[in-house]
Amino acid sequence: MIELWFVIIAFLWTGYFVLEGFDFGVGMLAPIVSRNAEERRQSLETIGPVWDGNEVWLITAVGAMFAAFPAWYAGVFSTFYLPVTLVLVGLIVRGVGLEWRGKVADPRWCDLGIVVGSALPAFLWGAVFADLLYDSLPAALLGGAFTLAVCALHGAVFLALKTTGPVRRRARVTALAASGVAIPVAVAALSGLGSLPALASMASLAAATALIWRRREGWAFAATAGAVVLTTLAVFMELRLQPLPGLTLAEAASGPYTLTMLSWIGLITLPFVLVYQGWTYWVFRKRVRTAIPIGYVAGAPPR
Amino acid sequence: MDALDLARWQFGVTTVYHFLFVPLTIGLGIFVAGLQTAWHRTGKDQYLKLTKFFGKLFLINFAMGVVTGIVQEFQFGMNWSEYSTFVGDVFGAPLAMEALLAFFMESTFLGLWIFGWERLPKKAHLACIWAAAIGSNLSAYFILAANAWMKHPVGYEVVDGKARMTDLWAVLTNSTALAQVPHVIGAAFVVAGGFVLAVSGYWLLKTRAPMWRSAARAALVMTAIAGAVVAGTGDTSARLMYEQQPMKLASAEGLERDTTGAAFSVVPGIEIPRLLSLLSDHDPDAAVQGTEDLQRRFEQQFGPADYRPDQPVVFWSFRVMIVFGMATVGLSVLGLWLTRRRREFPSWLSRALLLALPLPLVAVISGWLLSEIGRQPWTVAGELLTASSVSPGVSLAEVATSLTIFTLLYGALAVAEGVLLTRHVRKGVEEREPATAAERLEPSLMY
Repeated sequence: MIELWFVIIAFLWTGYFVLEGFDFGVGMLAPIVSRNAEERRQSLETIGPVWDGNEVWLITAVGAMFAAFPAWYAGVFSTFYLPVTLVLVGLIVRGVGLEWRGKVADPRWCDLGIVVGSALPAFLWGAVFADLLYDSLPAALLGGAFTLAVCALHGAVFLALKTTGPVRRRARVTALAASGVAIPVAVAALSGLGSLPALASMASLAAATALIWRRREGWAFAATAGAVVLTTLAVFMELRLQPLPGLTLAEAASGPYTLTMLSWIGLITLPFVLVYQGWTYWVFRKRVRTAIPIGYVAGAPPR
Repeated sequence: MDALDLARWQFGVTTVYHFLFVPLTIGLGIFVAGLQTAWHRTGKDQYLKLTKFFGKLFLINFAMGVVTGIVQEFQFGMNWSEYSTFVGDVFGAPLAMEALLAFFMESTFLGLWIFGWERLPKKAHLACIWAAAIGSNLSAYFILAANAWMKHPVGYEVVDGKARMTDLWAVLTNSTALAQVPHVIGAAFVVAGGFVLAVSGYWLLKTRAPMWRSAARAALVMTAIAGAVVAGTGDTSARLMYEQQPMKLASAEGLERDTTGAAFSVVPGIEIPRLLSLLSDHDPDAAVQGTEDLQRRFEQQFGPADYRPDQPVVFWSFRVMIVFGMATVGLSVLGLWLTRRRREFPSWLSRALLLALPLPLVAVISGWLLSEIGRQPWTVAGELLTASSVSPGVSLAEVATSLTIFTLLYGALAVAEGVLLTRHVRKGVEEREPATAAERLEPSLMY
């Protein structure tokens, strides 16, 4: 039961990094791939309908840690106090920036918030997890650089997959540039782990680069997503034995009754979540164009 | 000043801020869903305009509710690690359920609603706003169940110095929660109704458009009904407080000694005989415990410490909550009467409706101060002291840093939200649809 809940929490963090990973990337790169206000709106609209739902994966992962491993939750967040504070600041300015940019007179502040608020957590989550594993500043910086670069690549590939016209072309070039940074950093960061998923993650990044070069955007996105999944898997395989220095999973875990109840709740609710979130991606499957007609026909009778 | 004081300040500041935005999200979401349903049923253009207008205001505010809520979930682990370790087994479950059952639904379907105006069939699009609004209300239930457990812990045992859940159903159907949930959600509807009233009042002063009369009338009905729910559940809460949190009740009344047939002091010096006993136990002769006698009993039970909360704060927040809440509901009942059977809104009433925004906000914030400060010195009543809940490894400098950052950031964003809401209220409804592609580039609800 304890093992199962560790796997579920790893799964929730994986979902978070895969989904929010690309919307962090899009948030960071929107100013780079767009040349005017309309293109910037186009870039951000690729994540518009989904980013908030993606963020709930974090809320769920943290809530599940609190419920299933209270001592782990308490230990991690009180230990990494200032980095987590900065993550929260990032998520705050980003969320507000995304929701407000279409409603303010001048979106410059919102756009700054989106860039900073996407880059900051993307870097800090990597730094926190690397520090959890190695307990050293250089490792933390390398881990942060890795997640920042991979989120940028993941987001650039997503942009190339979801847009048309000049933004799509620039996103592809940006993705190639990002992979030029991400792959060497990944080699440095992941070779330390040396596990099979870590090595497979490097291969997946290389494959993504080749695929985006050949304009196979869908497959390239699958490859970057695969790299994120494999990396998270590698990290949690390491954390299994020591989730926090001086703490074992068994010591941190809630009682069997609570874990059983949580299992039922998760078993019943998660499939629904996956279905309706998946449906969102299906509804918004089309590429985002510039100047799409919006609104409705005034006075049309409801269907 | 030590880390404990600052951590408490941080919890107070972040929670109060969070609760400035949350009630509006809870109530306004349902209101917007209702407007869209009205459009769907009647096909009247005015309902669509109102849906989009209030929808936009809803989204501006929703963003703040979400981002301030993220902080809440991390804060327990960051500042209150001892508390988290002690209660996680019980307290974490409703939080995890809130994310799985409520937040996913709220965020996902709101995204679909914002961007789905043209892409989804009309019925599916309408279902999305309902799903999002119901998600908000569900989240309130789970978090209030967790909060109620702190005041009245049930369905658990203490094993090796940690709370262990023994009965999830007992936690979710805690009597304290069942009283608190309708009380707080009702209050949220009063706040949202008050917001709509203030906005409609502003527009009724400028124009006599029937659209604003409909909006105001709907909000008057909502506020009056919600007000009745708040008052009724408030009475239930008071009786539960008498049973479960006698020290809070005694502090709220400034009652020092055990008294039978206790009087209710309206303000210090003005008393209504026997009313307190009546409110506490529906019996004018009931015995009510006093703070000093309780202190003596608690010392015998738990050892030497001061078990009395900050008496003036508890006393006054209780009264402010009641007065400001009643004033809002009174205003709405008066408004309903004055505008019955197609009577116009007199301009003095429209002006008075502007007060319907600040009044209930003051009431709900006072309510939370009463609730949380009244629970002191405990985080979990009778089980864990606030002083023993704080993170031992977090330094004063760290808490001071985060407190400063959050306070400044929240302050700036609250001002920004106020400016943004005011601007969009002044703009009013979209009178015509965008005709050209260039005009469509500034979408009303999107990015």
